[in-house]
Amino acid sequence: MSPSPEAIAVAAILIVVIAAYALFGGADFGGGIWDLLAGNADRGAAPRELIDESITPVWEGNHVWLVFILVLVWTAFPPAFAAIFTALFVPLSLSVLGVVLRGVGFAFRHTAQRLRMQRLTGALFAAASLITPFFMGTVIGAVVTGQVPVHPAGNVLAAWTSPTAILTGFLFVAACAYISAVFLVLEARQRGHQGLLRYFSLRATAAGVVTGALAGGTFAELPASAPYVYHRLTGIALPLVAISIAAGIAVLGMLWLRRYHGLFLRATAAIAVASVVWGWGLAQYPYLFPTSLSLAAGSAPTASLVAELVVAGLAVLLVAPAFALLYFLQQRQLLTASDTAGDLRLAAQLEQAPPGQPAAAPEPAGTRITTALVLTMVAIKAIRDVFSPSHRQ
Amino acid sequence: MGTVTHVLAVNAVPARSQMGSSLGFHIILACFGIAFAAVTLTAEWIGIRRGDAAALLLARRWSKIMAVLVAVGAVSGTVLSYEMGLLWPGLMGRFGAAIGFPFSMEGIFFFLEAIFVGVYLYGWQRLPPWAHWWSGMPIVVAGMLGALSVVAANSWMNSPAGYTLSHGTITSVDPWSVFFNASTPYETAHMVLAAYMVTGFVVAGVYAAGLLRGRRDRYHRLGFAIPFTIAGILAPLQVMMGDIIARFIASNQPVKFAAMEYVANTGRDVPEWVGGILINGKVYFGAAIPAFDSILVGFSPHTRVIGWDSVPPDQRPPLVTLIHLSFDLMVGIGFFLFALAAWQGWWWWFHRRLLLTAWFLVPSALSGVAAVAAMEAGWVVTEVGRQPWIVYRVMLVSQAVTPSRGVPVTLAVILVLYAILTVVSIGVPMVMSRRWRQETPAEEEAEQVPYGPSPAGAWPAGSPAPPAVPWASSGGPEAP
Repeated sequence: MSPSPEAIAVAAILIVVIAAYALFGGADFGGGIWDLLAGNADRGAAPRELIDESITPVWEGNHVWLVFILVLVWTAFPPAFAAIFTALFVPLSLSVLGVVLRGVGFAFRHTAQRLRMQRLTGALFAAASLITPFFMGTVIGAVVTGQVPVHPAGNVLAAWTSPTAILTGFLFVAACAYISAVFLVLEARQRGHQGLLRYFSLRATAAGVVTGALAGGTFAELPASAPYVYHRLTGIALPLVAISIAAGIAVLGMLWLRRYHGLFLRATAAIAVASVVWGWGLAQYPYLFPTSLSLAAGSAPTASLVAELVVAGLAVLLVAPAFALLYFLQQRQLLTASDTAGDLRLAAQLEQAPPGQPAAAPEPAGTRITTALVLTMVAIKAIRDVFSPSHRQ
Repeated sequence: MGTVTHVLAVNAVPARSQMGSSLGFHIILACFGIAFAAVTLTAEWIGIRRGDAAALLLARRWSKIMAVLVAVGAVSGTVLSYEMGLLWPGLMGRFGAAIGFPFSMEGIFFFLEAIFVGVYLYGWQRLPPWAHWWSGMPIVVAGMLGALSVVAANSWMNSPAGYTLSHGTITSVDPWSVFFNASTPYETAHMVLAAYMVTGFVVAGVYAAGLLRGRRDRYHRLGFAIPFTIAGILAPLQVMMGDIIARFIASNQPVKFAAMEYVANTGRDVPEWVGGILINGKVYFGAAIPAFDSILVGFSPHTRVIGWDSVPPDQRPPLVTLIHLSFDLMVGIGFFLFALAAWQGWWWWFHRRLLLTAWFLVPSALSGVAAVAAMEAGWVVTEVGRQPWIVYRVMLVSQAVTPSRGVPVTLAVILVLYAILTVVSIGVPMVMSRRWRQETPAEEEAEQVPYGPSPAGAWPAGSPAPPAVPWASSGGPEAP
């Protein structure tokens, strides 16, 4: 039984979203990792500031990518979702713990005033950046090696503690650090900060080498632990693997030669990560769990798949213009005629207002209250009509 | 489900507790996500329309608080998505194809909401006044549609529809019927009204406390009056809506209704219990109004009300006393808030100025906490009242719960984490408000919040903006 075109389309969208999450979420987590490794408060101040300024703003998007991944899997491939979340309860719980801790650290670090509190929230943020990608990596490793039973009776510890899964966890951490360092190189360059440029250039190179080594190590494990995926990776998905390797080497070369062309460097690093994700998706086809659960057997009914495709279309249609507007506003200069909060404070007499000032003259709002009452009556009538039992039957 | 063997899986109780506490926490933030934009836009509207600096300043500060709360809500919402799988793989494995659609819609609306919170925060000083006001409207619309979507998913568990099941797997789905199931309009209307009341009364309560401390300037009076008016106008609608929904539940989920009202046996002339604890089938410490429950259900004492004797004991909800008292608490607070709003309305009608006596302000300062308590009690009624079913009369909680061990551990961790998150989401606005009173205007201008512009304001001209792709940042504006 071959999978329906709708199932293939949703699976393709899922892979694209996962690649986006790996890229942007990865850069975000990587920022936390470099924050963690930046040393003591004095030495680490400059890199931390750069990380904070450039990574912090994108953090919110990662929740949306992640939620879309979860929703896509549970709607389109419910049996796979149930099996993964049962068998891999432990690593998934730990990865969501990281998500929450990052959230706490993020929400509080800007408002925390005392240094000790700032350190604590910073440490939370950084530690969470390490555990979340690691455990997500072990989850993917468990799926790739086909260690997730289709009908698990409980946690399956062996699934995510196999050498391949653990290596995948480390690979994820290294890849996050790598992609983030490349982005940070460009951030430092934009700000004209030569010291930080060299700082992150060195780290990007190191992380790139480590990522390559871990990828090689994982790949070497695959023939034994995931023969089907290995076979496909060296077969039909080989071009994508080759592109990833080439892009990875190209990035290292550009860093070595100090050719910091913003868009080009960024795009090449992104291709290095994204093509691996796409290669993985292609290598698993046509299986959700190689080789125990096929796409055809694990897909939802066609209507649910079509609904997800419509949702994906809607997302692009609605979200893209909204982003364009936000981007436009970010680029726009301040309007000189507008009031600042300070002007408003003065105008509102908050600066001088003594406490206990007697109430000012009443506002002429009687008509407004009357209108509100009339509107309320109309609303009551309307709701009554809609919900009246006769209408319901 | 012919014969139901009501054997609770070992995990059912901790899993329900974890889901309940996560949802109970998230729903408060969700209320602000749904309604805070409307309150803020009302203030901005007054500010622009009348050139009122105090109202504009309120709107600007509220928009910052809104950003913090939406950011924390994004975290707790992500946790809930995880928990659908971590705690209820049985539900998602079988019904994910049906219940997934409303959740997907919710995803889009939350995405839009987050982006437009960013737009709104950036728009201060970058857009002309009315253009800026309109840039906030999508938050209001997306908040309501998001509420509709996610409540539709919960409604579906109360009134499952739109799918065909054969041999334990779903063979076809009608997403439209899933989304607009029988409960959707009732639950959504109730929840959206509740969100506006919670937001309105909580914000009004904060300024009522300020007024009580003697900060009686126009800023504080407006900060109280705007949210209080919005919530107060909706309070009577909510009381009426609640009455309508109770009748709907009496016909749609009679056993839940029986638990809410202590109806043990199906019959006529059923009394209405106010308060009371159920012990061994007898109600203690409660007041019974003869035949009033029958009157409420069918406008006549002879209306037949279905009791929980209509189903076998293993299909009746547990903790009947909790359900009944939660229901009474919700109704009681609903009337209290209605009375509070009516009191202020009465005073305004005859005196044309705000009633700001301590007698009024003290209960008003508490109205926010009361509104939150009422909403939580309402969720207890609908969720515990649906037990032992996770999907009403289709799937038991014990069939849906994860067989994985470790739920008690995650429950404990979640409780600790949410205690911290609670401190964050109350503490950050408090710290901000203290700063607003102490800092110089320039410092306030430079304050950074999630989604908002960075301290230095606009990008320096000529510098290309990260990240690689602009749409990567999902509402997250870049910092220079």
